[in-house]
Amino acid sequence: MATLEVKNLCKDFHVREGGNRRILNAVQDVSFELVPGGTVALVGQSGSGKSTVARMIAHLERPTSGQVLLDGAPAPTRGRGVHKYRSQVQMVFQDPFASLNPFHSVGHHLERPLRLHGVATSKADVHAHVIELLERVQLSPGRDFLARRPHELSGGQRQRVAIARALAPQPSVLIADEPVSMLDVSIRLGVLNLLARLQREEDLAVLYITHDLATARHFSDRIMVMYQGEVVEDGAPDDVILRPQADFTKRLAAAAPEPARNERMIAAASRYAKDTTNDR
Amino acid sequence: MSTNPEMSSAAGVATPGRSGSVAPDSPLLSISGLSIDYLGERTVHAVANVSLQLGRGEIIGLAGESGCGKSTLAYGINQLLVPPAVITEGGVTFHDRSGDDIDVLALEDKELRRYRWNKVSMVFQGAMNSLNPVISVRAQLNDVFATHRPQMSKAERRLRSGELLELVGVDPKRLDSYAHELSGGMRQRVMIAMALALDPELMIMDEPTTALDVVVQRDILLEITRLREELGFAVIFITHDLPLLLEISDRIAIMRHGRIVEMASAEEIFFAAQDPYTRQLLRSFPSLTGERGDFIRHGAQLENEEVR
Repeated sequence: MATLEVKNLCKDFHVREGGNRRILNAVQDVSFELVPGGTVALVGQSGSGKSTVARMIAHLERPTSGQVLLDGAPAPTRGRGVHKYRSQVQMVFQDPFASLNPFHSVGHHLERPLRLHGVATSKADVHAHVIELLERVQLSPGRDFLARRPHELSGGQRQRVAIARALAPQPSVLIADEPVSMLDVSIRLGVLNLLARLQREEDLAVLYITHDLATARHFSDRIMVMYQGEVVEDGAPDDVILRPQADFTKRLAAAAPEPARNERMIAAASRYAKDTTNDR
Repeated sequence: MSTNPEMSSAAGVATPGRSGSVAPDSPLLSISGLSIDYLGERTVHAVANVSLQLGRGEIIGLAGESGCGKSTLAYGINQLLVPPAVITEGGVTFHDRSGDDIDVLALEDKELRRYRWNKVSMVFQGAMNSLNPVISVRAQLNDVFATHRPQMSKAERRLRSGELLELVGVDPKRLDSYAHELSGGMRQRVMIAMALALDPELMIMDEPTTALDVVVQRDILLEITRLREELGFAVIFITHDLPLLLEISDRIAIMRHGRIVEMASAEEIFFAAQDPYTRQLLRSFPSLTGERGDFIRHGAQLENEEVR
């Protein structure tokens, strides 16, 4: 199992506003490490650069400076090496409605990466792998899903297919960019639990990108908070959420809805004290 | 939260009990047995026999998942439904501050136009993208006044437009800006300013902060509650974000498959939810500051989640 290391990663974008050109420092000097069996959460506002970090790791964007190292070796930038790198580092995107091709069946979506990355070659072998992948993401019985197209699936099921597709090349690193923000609330936890279980069982290194502090806290071993392209806070989840140091983290933690610290709820708590003990 | 005495009658459901079913003293809107179908090969009962009473100045939260009928219900209140949606049963009565009762579903043409935006305004889902991109903010506010307050002079309009932006915390200089020159939060504030333009008695907000990040969302929520206290309008706030609703609503209605499965004060929902579906929704939100593995309510197990 491989370790992914990000060293002093920077990304500048050239933007044109009317006639003016300026340089936007989207990501500035970001460094961290993803270890097998660990989840790192990258938290920040929209525009803070967190997705750009993900895209650089997944080779969808070229860093302006800095390095991505897989097991100590710099990530290749061209040729066959890139293909090999991609089989190790896979990504799950935010919108399962856009990331699956509406023309293709679920089976097709999973067969392609299996064949392209040489995991399975014979027809029977590919079929067996596809079924196994589907069941691993709890779409069972797998054969019932083979012929379906994305529009016949719910949002949660689609995201599970997207996760199965990312698992097909047998990667060691998984980048999940807001994997549940487009899903209904009642199915979000199911998908996050699935990611947590896969991470444990397969010893995956996971980068979980989100703007939701609460899930970041519950599903990661470490939280990094990004603000305007820089990591402003980095630490154990409970330290970052309960004892934030950076001003921005404090603002973020204070802004998240949390009824338990609402004055009205605190005032009402004693009235309901008896009921709650019964519930638990 | 509520300092307005008028409001506390509806909001101050202080005594524990099934307060949700108790009608507010001074009702603003009464929905009785409303059913809305989408006609098609297979008729969908999007809203099924919904009754609720909204008090003056009250914030009601309408929570539920996509497809539960919450937006359809909101559109029904404003007579904004177009075929294949049809109202099959029930009624909506608006109790005007003048003392008149308005049968909303019977309104037509001119009267309907007078009711919409004057009495009930709306902040739409994805309000981020509901400003007209090719005319300035000023021109859009002017449109509202030209339609509903034709007697207003140009100077009055200019004054009022500036006032409105100030009210929602946007620099009046922005009147000459276009939508693309504003940030998401500012666009949302402008939409709220437009909804406030005619001093309505009820504002329906359909997922007004879903596309915004949490810091901006918090600012907007504070703005809404402040304006509510200042101006005394009632709010129907639609979202699937239950923790958010728990913080800002007086009462919360939980919708599922077109029905209201539970309706009670925010405190009651938080501490003593009765319906299993409400409990399931509460369990879907990990708690930010509680124990790790703890959820907003009724600490659920992280494992063995039902797959859907």
